[in-house]
Amino acid sequence: MYSCRSLVACLTLAACAANTPTTSRPDAKFGRAATAQEVAAWDISVPPSGEGLPSGSGNAKQGEAVYLAKCQSCHGAKGVGKPADPLAGGVGSLASANPLRTVGSFWPYATTLFDYTRRAMPLTNPQSLTNDEAYAVTAYLLHLNAIISENDEMNARTLPQVKMPNRDGFVDWSRK
Amino acid sequence: MKRTLDRRAFLARGAGVAGAAAAGLVAPAARAADAPPAVPPWMQVPGKPMSGYGSPSKFEEPVKRFLVQPYGPISPGSGASRTPLHALEGTITPNGLHFERHHNGVPEIDPAQHRLLIHGLVKTPVVFTMQALLRFPRTSRVCFIECGGNSNPNSMSAKPPQLPAGAIHGLVSCTEWSGVPLALLLEEAGVDPRASWLLAEGADSAAMSHSIPLEKALDDVMVALYQNGERLRPEQGYPVRLLLPGWLGNANVKWLRRIKLTDAPMQAKDETSKYTDPTPDGKARQFTFLMGVKSVIIQPSVGISMQGPGWYEISGLAWSGAGKIARVEVSADGGTSWHEAALQEPVFSKSVTRFRLPWQWKGERALLQSRATDEKGRVQPARAEWLKQYMPQQRYHNNSIQTWAVEADGSIANVFV
Repeated sequence: MYSCRSLVACLTLAACAANTPTTSRPDAKFGRAATAQEVAAWDISVPPSGEGLPSGSGNAKQGEAVYLAKCQSCHGAKGVGKPADPLAGGVGSLASANPLRTVGSFWPYATTLFDYTRRAMPLTNPQSLTNDEAYAVTAYLLHLNAIISENDEMNARTLPQVKMPNRDGFVDWSRK
Repeated sequence: MKRTLDRRAFLARGAGVAGAAAAGLVAPAARAADAPPAVPPWMQVPGKPMSGYGSPSKFEEPVKRFLVQPYGPISPGSGASRTPLHALEGTITPNGLHFERHHNGVPEIDPAQHRLLIHGLVKTPVVFTMQALLRFPRTSRVCFIECGGNSNPNSMSAKPPQLPAGAIHGLVSCTEWSGVPLALLLEEAGVDPRASWLLAEGADSAAMSHSIPLEKALDDVMVALYQNGERLRPEQGYPVRLLLPGWLGNANVKWLRRIKLTDAPMQAKDETSKYTDPTPDGKARQFTFLMGVKSVIIQPSVGISMQGPGWYEISGLAWSGAGKIARVEVSADGGTSWHEAALQEPVFSKSVTRFRLPWQWKGERALLQSRATDEKGRVQPARAEWLKQYMPQQRYHNNSIQTWAVEADGSIANVFV
């Protein structure tokens, strides 16, 4: 609905030269092209395809150490929660009288877990985890939920292949 | 039977009282008790000088946002603050009282160091400085932003919380926003025909991100730089935020730093684990962007008691994410009979509209409700009807009808009917 490159603008060079106001914006650009390096450094979002996942890897054993040091004080032992959200358990509970919505029972994509952990956790020091730590603690949480085994390595190749129990639990309401 | 909810009756009566006062018919003795001194102290000394930036009267000091900090001292910046709707009039929210919802506090951003990057499915990834954004043609519009979790004290507690209207419903605010249509910025980057969504990301310490359909972005989304005439407040995303008129507050990303055009939603944390709506079949609705048609009576409400039988103005706020408010009806008998309220002009699309209706309170228990209808014909649901759609403890999108009980002693209570 917004049109800005109208041909009405600057119909003649004479009009521009005379500093004549026009009814629409000339074909000007106000930004500058971003370099590939800038984009790569800024882009931390990870879709379900795993596109853009960084190098590095980690497993649940390594992740447990990260969790104990940096996550447990808010998310409780083995992800039981309190004061922050519970992260484990609840599979099969969503339609029950006491649904427990966790990474294992509710989250549809494992990539979301990596993405969010890397960008926002821990709350007191976000974006401080190394890629290996982020993969490892992701692996630990997936293992706590019995989705992968203790020795499974999570990395750019394996993480997008993880099928979450509630993968088909969401209904797209964006067009309602 | 004489109607006690009547649009014309109050005005006619008001004119009568004013006329009587003008004719000197109000007894002088009745006014003496509460009259101020003939020459009050503030008339006997020079007043304060001008100031660079004004602030409210100290006597209005109690008018404050209601803070919600679920993690306490661990993360005091994670949570919300609610607009004290019951202490305000009109429709525009003062900038210092706009509701807040932050996921890890308010960043202090130097605009000279801040950039907006647009990349992904575009012809040319582009970086904008804030100065560059200010060179674009701007637009202004009045609209509301409502957090998805607004009014959830009424849906997450078993008993009706006895809180002021703002402490329940104050995650909605209404502002004149000014900025640049997002479509202009996207045009400069050049949208790839394969793009159908975009991810918007903030420069806060949660790097809060949300996926938005491109269709909306090209329709009426604004990259907002000003609120009510001044640059954005830090709590509202200074120096730049997204404004999605009528859509879920969370997607109105503050401290905007990056937009990535994509061919599918990113499935970010706040569009999967949160801001989704579990239904009784065990599924959950996702991307419930549109904020439903809604209204709430502000006056009277909890904390604004009656002062004896007689005429009162019922007034409140109504809004819809789908367009203009077309009608607000008010009931004083718990929804048995309805009476159309007057809508305060102007009525803007996707904006808060104030409604007013005179009411003669006879000193008996009454159940006050308001029910809004928007121009698309959507009608605000009753509480029971709304609850049926969701699992218990539903956290988001509570647009159901609020009931205030006026008790015989003039006190007001929040009740579930």
